[in-house]
Amino acid sequence: MTDMPDTTLTSHPSHDAPADGSDDAMGYYTPGEPLVDRKAPDGPIDERWNTRKFEARLVNPANRRKLSVIIVGTGLAGGSAAATLGEAGYRVKSFCYQDSPRRAHSVAAQGGINAAKNYKEDGDSVHRLFFDTVKGGDYRSRESNVYRLAEVSTSIIDQCVAQGVPFAREYGGLLDNRSFGGVQVSRTFYARGQTGQQLLIGAYQAMERQVHAGTVEEFTRHEMLELVVVDGRARGIIARNMVTGSVETHLADVVVIASGGYGNVFYLSTNAMGSNTTATWRAYRKGAYMANPCYTQIHPTCIPVSGSHQSKLTLMSESLRNDGRIWVPKNQADCTKDPRDIAEKDRDYYLERIYPAFGNLVPRDIASRAAKYVCDEGRGVGPEVEGARRGVYLDFADAMDRLGEPAIREKYGNLFDMYARITGENPYDVPMRIYPAVHYVMGGLWVDYDLQSTIPGLFVTGEANFSDHGANRLGASALMQGLADGYFVLPHTIRDYLSDGPFEVVPEDHPAVVESLAAVEERIRHFMTAKGTRSVDSYHRELGNIMWEYCGMERSEDGLKKAIDLIRTLKDDFYRNVRVLGHDQSLNQSLEKAGRVADFIELGELMCIDALNRRESCGGHFRTESSTEDGEALRHDDLYAYVAAWEFTGDEEPPVLHKEDLVYTAIEMKQRSYK
Amino acid sequence: MKLTLEIWRQEDAASKGAMQTYEIDEVSEDMSFLEMLDVLNEQLNSQGDEPIAFDSDCREGICGMCGLMINGEAHGPEVTTTCQLHMRSFKDGDTITIEPWRASAFPVMKDLCVDRGSLDRMIQQGGYISVNTGSAPEAHSVPVPRDHAVRAFTAAACISCGACVAACPNGSAQLFVGAKITHLGELPQGQPERDQRVVDMVAQHDHEGFGGCTNIGQCTAACPKEIPLDVISQLNKDLRTALRHGL
Ligand SMILES: Cc1cc2nc3c(=O)[nH]c(=O)nc-3n(C[C@H](O)[C@H](O)[C@H](O)COP(=O)(O)OP(=O)(O)OC[C@H]3O[C@@H](n4cnc5c(N)ncnc54)[C@H](O)[C@@H]3O)c2cc1C
Ligand code: FES
Repeated sequence: MTDMPDTTLTSHPSHDAPADGSDDAMGYYTPGEPLVDRKAPDGPIDERWNTRKFEARLVNPANRRKLSVIIVGTGLAGGSAAATLGEAGYRVKSFCYQDSPRRAHSVAAQGGINAAKNYKEDGDSVHRLFFDTVKGGDYRSRESNVYRLAEVSTSIIDQCVAQGVPFAREYGGLLDNRSFGGVQVSRTFYARGQTGQQLLIGAYQAMERQVHAGTVEEFTRHEMLELVVVDGRARGIIARNMVTGSVETHLADVVVIASGGYGNVFYLSTNAMGSNTTATWRAYRKGAYMANPCYTQIHPTCIPVSGSHQSKLTLMSESLRNDGRIWVPKNQADCTKDPRDIAEKDRDYYLERIYPAFGNLVPRDIASRAAKYVCDEGRGVGPEVEGARRGVYLDFADAMDRLGEPAIREKYGNLFDMYARITGENPYDVPMRIYPAVHYVMGGLWVDYDLQSTIPGLFVTGEANFSDHGANRLGASALMQGLADGYFVLPHTIRDYLSDGPFEVVPEDHPAVVESLAAVEERIRHFMTAKGTRSVDSYHRELGNIMWEYCGMERSEDGLKKAIDLIRTLKDDFYRNVRVLGHDQSLNQSLEKAGRVADFIELGELMCIDALNRRESCGGHFRTESSTEDGEALRHDDLYAYVAAWEFTGDEEPPVLHKEDLVYTAIEMKQRSYK
Repeated sequence: MKLTLEIWRQEDAASKGAMQTYEIDEVSEDMSFLEMLDVLNEQLNSQGDEPIAFDSDCREGICGMCGLMINGEAHGPEVTTTCQLHMRSFKDGDTITIEPWRASAFPVMKDLCVDRGSLDRMIQQGGYISVNTGSAPEAHSVPVPRDHAVRAFTAAACISCGACVAACPNGSAQLFVGAKITHLGELPQGQPERDQRVVDMVAQHDHEGFGGCTNIGQCTAACPKEIPLDVISQLNKDLRTALRHGL
């Protein structure tokens, strides 16, 4: 069948466990057959997307209204897809858990969106954006996908401007760009500190236009709780109406998951309170492979935790590192002093000291890890929370002397205000305090070049898939990916699948539907009747602590094994001892959270197994067993240049690991160095 | 600090609600207002009482999901969203009343959660520029004067939280509609549909049961994004122009 994702099996002896026994995850998984993406055409990299668009079969406009598409998620990835597929004439059902599609967490992105427009004539090009993104991902992404992303980036800006997205402009009326995330060209488009909001409003409005046109039907406050797979194809979802509590079946010819990232597995992150893995995890349990789940991005400039009541963390734009200097006291004894009273000679500007060439502008993962080390040494600052001070200073005093306070106010005023509101401290007077926080996940459901998962008819877009960012994401590239997927990639690839449809109508009493519905109802019943003593949040917090401690910025074999044990114990206790009050047939936020936390717990275990398998340091992922003599991250391209795609085989069975080899034809793999 | 909270509890849309009193201790001034409610909910859960339902998502002041009437003020005493309000704005011994948005176009669904679907329905009536994916011209083909781009942005910063409606004695959503009219009307791309947009959005506004504007200005005072009142003048101006054009 032409529409099946091509997972042709070939033999790759090079991926047998290394002779030195370095596969630490042995015993936690079963080795599986290698995985290959065969949807990307062969040939020169810059011709592949055109070839694929041409080869992907068309759907006659008259047939489109007979074809139905379910899209879970209304962020940049899902909203743009709903609008575009609606415009094309398909019948779209769109789902989100918020009360309006415009509230998807894409709304919170501040910095900007990349595009290879080369408006500044500073040497940018599609190839350079491709190169920077693959390099930034530490050579763990699939080159065909990344090249395509760079290629379509320019159309995104055209589309958004036409929709009325108010990007920043120069006095001449043309679009302004800035340099972002440590690259040497200015290719980032932005709308003050609210780029994500403005792009999302653009996609949302395009989608609402289709609601008006009758092609898109909107289901807000609906949470997907199960994927329906019939005869090997994704054919629908089970969703709970979060207002009435009714559990509904929605069937279609194809399902798209654009449900965002799962950073909340760490409990505290910069994600929204409701961000979850349930949509992707339920798909994983139904046969979609989960790729590189341990790849997490930790952002260095967040506001530190202020107490055990903390519910989420707030990101402060990375641009602050352009003018702020990061330091901690040299002596522990000074950590509780007023920073203004600490003499210059008693301060350790540790990034400038260790990385003189890049200083405070080292990449995110390096800055994050360095902050952790100095705090581990007991030199952290700020309030003591659960026995430790976790914060470092970000000091603007020098910049203020050099540029004057008005210039700083002009550049960073809104960020300083936000900081003051949250901490109650005035950053114009006292240095800011920052600490790293979980921000983004590069891991996600495995997809081929068509963005189709290993379940035929299940497509995955945006942060929910794994494809474009390798082991580390470059700033301003997630917004680009979400919109690329939804506006310009998926609409072409999904038509190839749909050209075989409409598929046979699935009756609501089909055994596969009945079984999925019953499973959801049983889970709800379990939570409502467990009658335990502990709140859902308390489990979530405990899981987060385990993940942050052992599967966060730095991981080790012993730590990960310990984490797996702790998570298994926690899971047991959770099912026996959780307390969910209220009714299921009404709005019940504890019940919503219980379902999400149950899935986070399982995901957490898989993340640890994935991290255990990858005994190398790459991108944002640091393994203590794999570092250079001076303690820097050491990649092992000979052993780990693969995508780890995990297959679920049952609750009592270890997952199966399928490896997709990463082959680079258009770029050479190099080790990063920032010293 | 120790606080007394008077909170609106309501089982569902059909039930009658009532204020209930709760005591909470050990509130730190570093907590956000919603974290204070989280702590109260943990306390209720451990006592076997159902936690209070309230909406929030980003908790960064940008998604517009949160929104409470705090001591009678939309989003409370500061110019910010409820999620960005911190407990240092209150003091030990305070009694705080917490209610949902009150407006006939925002029915209460449970406790502090309301249905704001009416805001989306107004956008559906024309709060967009009709441009299909892939048909856009090159972005630099139409320069936009910077002051227009800035005014468009200022209006586009609306987060659709509904505080303007909740604060308005008439329950009007004119600040919300005016913000969209201004955002799109300031841009060259928004011109072709400008007349139709304002007529259709205003018709939907009235149809949803929002009240009229009598220039009180509570909306803009409560707006966490400080959307200026002049967007309502723009709305009226655009409406007059459209009507003069025979729409
Ligand atoms: C604070 C912050 C700042 C950022 N800044 C930048 C930046 O400057 N530049 C950049 O490129 N990237 C940035 N990122 C990353 C980027 O914003 C996200 O990766 C991207 O927006 C994700 O888009 P998405 O469409 O995949 O998912 P989201 O926008 O998260 O949307 C997920 C959607 O899925 C729905 N959903 C989820 N689960 C379910 C379910 N079970 N049932 C039904 N619906 C469900 C939600 O309701 C929502 O509509 C930032 C991220 C954060 C958190
Ligand atoms: S929760 Fe998003 S604005 Fe308050």
